[in-house]
Amino acid sequence: MPTITFIEHNGTPHAVTAEVGQSIMQAALNAMVPGIQADCGGACSCATCHAFLEDNWMGAVPAAEGSELDMLEFANERKENSRLTCQLTIQDNMDGMVLRLPESQY
Amino acid sequence: MTLTSVVIIGAGQAGFQVAASLRQGGFAGKISLVGDEPGLPYQRPPLSKAYLLGKIKAENLLFRPAAFFDEQQIDLIHDKAVLIDRQNQRVVLESEKALEYDHLVLATGAHNRALSIPGEHLEGVFGIKTLADADALAPRAKAARNVVVIGCGFIGLEFAAVAAAQEASVQVIDRGERLMARAISPQMSELFLKAHESWGVKFHFSQAVDQIIGENGKVTGVEKADGEVLPADLVVYGIGVIPNINLATEAGLEIENGIKVDAHLLTNDPHISAIGDVACFPCIHNQGEHTRIESVPNAMDQARSVSARLLGKAAPFISTPWFWTDQGNLKLQIVGLSTGYDSTVTLGSMETDQFSVLCFRRDQLVAVESCNRPGDHLAGKKLLSRPPELTPREARKPDFDLKAWEVAHRS
Repeated sequence: MPTITFIEHNGTPHAVTAEVGQSIMQAALNAMVPGIQADCGGACSCATCHAFLEDNWMGAVPAAEGSELDMLEFANERKENSRLTCQLTIQDNMDGMVLRLPESQY
Repeated sequence: MTLTSVVIIGAGQAGFQVAASLRQGGFAGKISLVGDEPGLPYQRPPLSKAYLLGKIKAENLLFRPAAFFDEQQIDLIHDKAVLIDRQNQRVVLESEKALEYDHLVLATGAHNRALSIPGEHLEGVFGIKTLADADALAPRAKAARNVVVIGCGFIGLEFAAVAAAQEASVQVIDRGERLMARAISPQMSELFLKAHESWGVKFHFSQAVDQIIGENGKVTGVEKADGEVLPADLVVYGIGVIPNINLATEAGLEIENGIKVDAHLLTNDPHISAIGDVACFPCIHNQGEHTRIESVPNAMDQARSVSARLLGKAAPFISTPWFWTDQGNLKLQIVGLSTGYDSTVTLGSMETDQFSVLCFRRDQLVAVESCNRPGDHLAGKKLLSRPPELTPREARKPDFDLKAWEVAHRS
């Protein structure tokens, strides 16, 4: 199972063992990573599971499109590497992936 | 007084979230989460849409896997609470076990309003509330040829879209004059009406249902008040919900269209809070009136608010309400409460299904409805979470862009 690391805005890292096929959002929730709210439960309706994907991992996932892109346009502190973690499915090739969390989800 | 034990009744979205937030916030005491359904706590919104289409498996509905409850020492109790003994601060369960509490959180939710007409118990008549309901309905929905949906609120229409996608003939009956009338503006209703009609759904507005007709115990049709019988091998109803207040009523808690709570979500007993669909709270987005809100975000926000209070960070509950529904290729997001609005401004185009309606009351923005414009939804959420400044006059300017305006006026 791949290990994914979430780094809180204050620098605290959380290494999470994730199951292939679940979303990155779900992996973060299961491990109680602070800073991922996921109000809509993964329906791409709320933009409260926003995270920044480390640049060297951007190629490992499909580009954001549709609702995700539109929601991201409005997420707090939006950056080039912003993603909604509910839209990213964990694959074997994600072992070692690092995501940083924004200061707040609102 | 230091809290050592919290009992939560109701393991839906609100109840589960209190347990999770308490642990996340560092609460070290005992947490008992009492739910009367089997299995692990799960999400309900997909039950009337993606889950029925087979797009989401049951395991992916779970809030958290079983290991989470062990690791976090959240005692998940499959039982029914039958009595709140306020004097001794304990809850008695159907199994006759009792749970003592320092604080009790009532997250008992709501149940579907029954049709209360002849034939409502025939085989092939379904409401959608629980996973068991959806599991019973899913195979029927796949096989059904003639579907009648009673009620055109979120649930009924989400199901109508699913049934139409499965190529059944779908007819919807509603007492009102338009789609989702209690939740959205006439303009947005019209967009959804056109979309549903393009998927083949037929509507019967301003119509009551007299009875459901069957043969050999199985549904065969629905008879409207005007005498017309719509053939049906499947009937799904969604005509609203009723808050589960029995426990609270019997315990002598104050009731007002749900369990009445104050701005901190406390009942008239300082050891008992109520949250989620069952709680009626003074809502600043509804001019301070006591209001009950049926939505997942409200359940989660109220859960976090109560959890923060129990952890020593008390603050009044002020979250901006929001709602969503997915029907076919349409994502409708609503933020704010449009009760009593007196003017609207529309953005985008109904023809392309990218359309927003801004609702104003006396020139103050009170709600933003957006279809397939999630950016407008988030901008609206930000605008409504602080004193509203946007006026209809500004919103009516040519080329007005809600997102750009919010960015420019951010404080």
